[in-house]
Amino acid sequence: MKKYTDLGKKDTRSGFGAGLASLGKTHPNVVALCADLIGSLKMEAFIEAHPERFVQVGIAEANMMGIAAGLTIGGENPFTGTFANFSTGRVYDQIRQSIAYSGKNVKICASHAGLTLGEDGATHQILEDIGLMKMLPGMTVINTCDYNQTKAATIAIADHQGPVYLRFGRPVVPNFIPEDQPFVVGKALMLSPGSDVTIAATGHLVWEALQAAEVLEAQGISCEVINIHTIKPLDEEAILASVAKTGCLVSCEEHNVLGGLGESIARTLAQHHPCPQEFIGTQDTFGESGTPSQLMDKYGLNAAAIEKAVLKAISRKNA
Amino acid sequence: MNQQPTLNDLVIQTRRDILRMVHQVNSGHPGGSLGCTEFFIALYHKIMKLNPGFSMDGIGEDVFFLSNGHISPVFYSTLARKGYFDVAELATFRKLDSRLQGHPTTHEGLPGIRMASGSLGQGLSVAIGAALAKKLNQDSHTVYALTGDGELQEGQNWEALMFAAAKKVDNLIAAVDLNGQQIDGSTDHVLAMGDLKAKFLAFGWEVVEVTQGNDVEAIISGYETAQSLLGKGKPVCVLLHTVMGHGVDFMMYTHAWHGKAPNDDQLAQALAQNPVTLGDY
Repeated sequence: MKKYTDLGKKDTRSGFGAGLASLGKTHPNVVALCADLIGSLKMEAFIEAHPERFVQVGIAEANMMGIAAGLTIGGENPFTGTFANFSTGRVYDQIRQSIAYSGKNVKICASHAGLTLGEDGATHQILEDIGLMKMLPGMTVINTCDYNQTKAATIAIADHQGPVYLRFGRPVVPNFIPEDQPFVVGKALMLSPGSDVTIAATGHLVWEALQAAEVLEAQGISCEVINIHTIKPLDEEAILASVAKTGCLVSCEEHNVLGGLGESIARTLAQHHPCPQEFIGTQDTFGESGTPSQLMDKYGLNAAAIEKAVLKAISRKNA
Repeated sequence: MNQQPTLNDLVIQTRRDILRMVHQVNSGHPGGSLGCTEFFIALYHKIMKLNPGFSMDGIGEDVFFLSNGHISPVFYSTLARKGYFDVAELATFRKLDSRLQGHPTTHEGLPGIRMASGSLGQGLSVAIGAALAKKLNQDSHTVYALTGDGELQEGQNWEALMFAAAKKVDNLIAAVDLNGQQIDGSTDHVLAMGDLKAKFLAFGWEVVEVTQGNDVEAIISGYETAQSLLGKGKPVCVLLHTVMGHGVDFMMYTHAWHGKAPNDDQLAQALAQNPVTLGDY
């Protein structure tokens, strides 16, 4: 299989900050908004270079979403920044009416998604945001896997017309996607071809999927690892081409299995290529306090859990 | 030759449009629409500086946001009679495949609409965003907004009020339709909001009161005052005292016609009080 090296651990939110700073230089209509979390979202570089294009709204996320929608009227390209929980559930109706239904070109950039937010606990660990956002007509949903991909995605969505939900996280994680890897919205990334099983992973679970594939390769199991960074629109073609070879699939996400990437894939498989699928994700539960790695272990979001799921998927295929 | 209709002719014809639209589909919100008819006519014919045609971005012209989207009948009639679309299209209000949805939307591409509204409390934030965009674009035009009074019970408004004052959004005039009524009764009965003028002042806004909110000249005069306060570091609020159902005697001074259509007899009676001026759609 194709091997990936950890280029050095970095947080995905810093990739967002770097992407935003880069957009500041290239896209004069990009406006950043934040609800009292500048440091957490790593927005300092953009703000320092372009203070006139930054809107601090205070702790008022509903107002932030409305202001972002209004900024598009006049041709601005607004990027909102706050935690994933406050970017989605807290402001769902504002996004639904003022952004999605109104067809506004707002980029909703959400950090601290999922369990890996860590010690702050379940109040802040949203595991339902992908589901909430993918259900909104016209909304593009992206969950990036490392620093380089988050930076590339941040830059790419500036040229995407229409509302986007960009989901990333808090902790430092391996940075392994090549810096020059182009980010194409809606196009899955083939990380490592294989023949026995497809592992379709998004976000922080992508590195875990690669680790699992290495272990399984040593056992003679060939895994095809695909990074589904864009959950909506889903790259059905890539998924179907892969399961046509492998005949089974494991979906991996740091999100509730209800409503997440796995269910989107299951719908595609049910319609076009029914085959065994196993789901790595949280099992309809809230999170809790703990370190990111403790939480990922406890809730079964790691390479070991993916390995087990792969064996199960293959055994179901062969049954 | 084209003769400009008088403001009074427009007001009366718009009332007829509202009544006929809601009657035709036996649904919609006549009360608040009638209460704001004079405001809409004054706004679109005297107060706002508008370019011909419609562009979503509204660069180089004033723009307006309706937050209490349920009074869509008055908005649609005003836009049609201002020339944004054919008045004949008013007959499609709330019907299948219409651009005139129950609540205003950009989704069907109706000229004159810049955001969807209906879920209350969101319009002021959007108007602030558009006002910030005008500043970024060095566009000296003004953003206008209208919210209901009951709508101020939605918390997002107070986030928006705080923001607009703190960030000196002084190219914005936001009106509140003070008719004192909401679905379940008077605003004082449902959730009394106290002294709204004092609240707006305390939040750092300039406040202009128009006590005769159903008098076109009084509205225009109040807005001249409001416009004179722009550009001085504060957002401007117009407290517009209106009577829900204004212009139809049996619909006035009650919340009963907030979201209820007149029957055939009631329509005839209401139209008789507002004889045709410009021609029905």
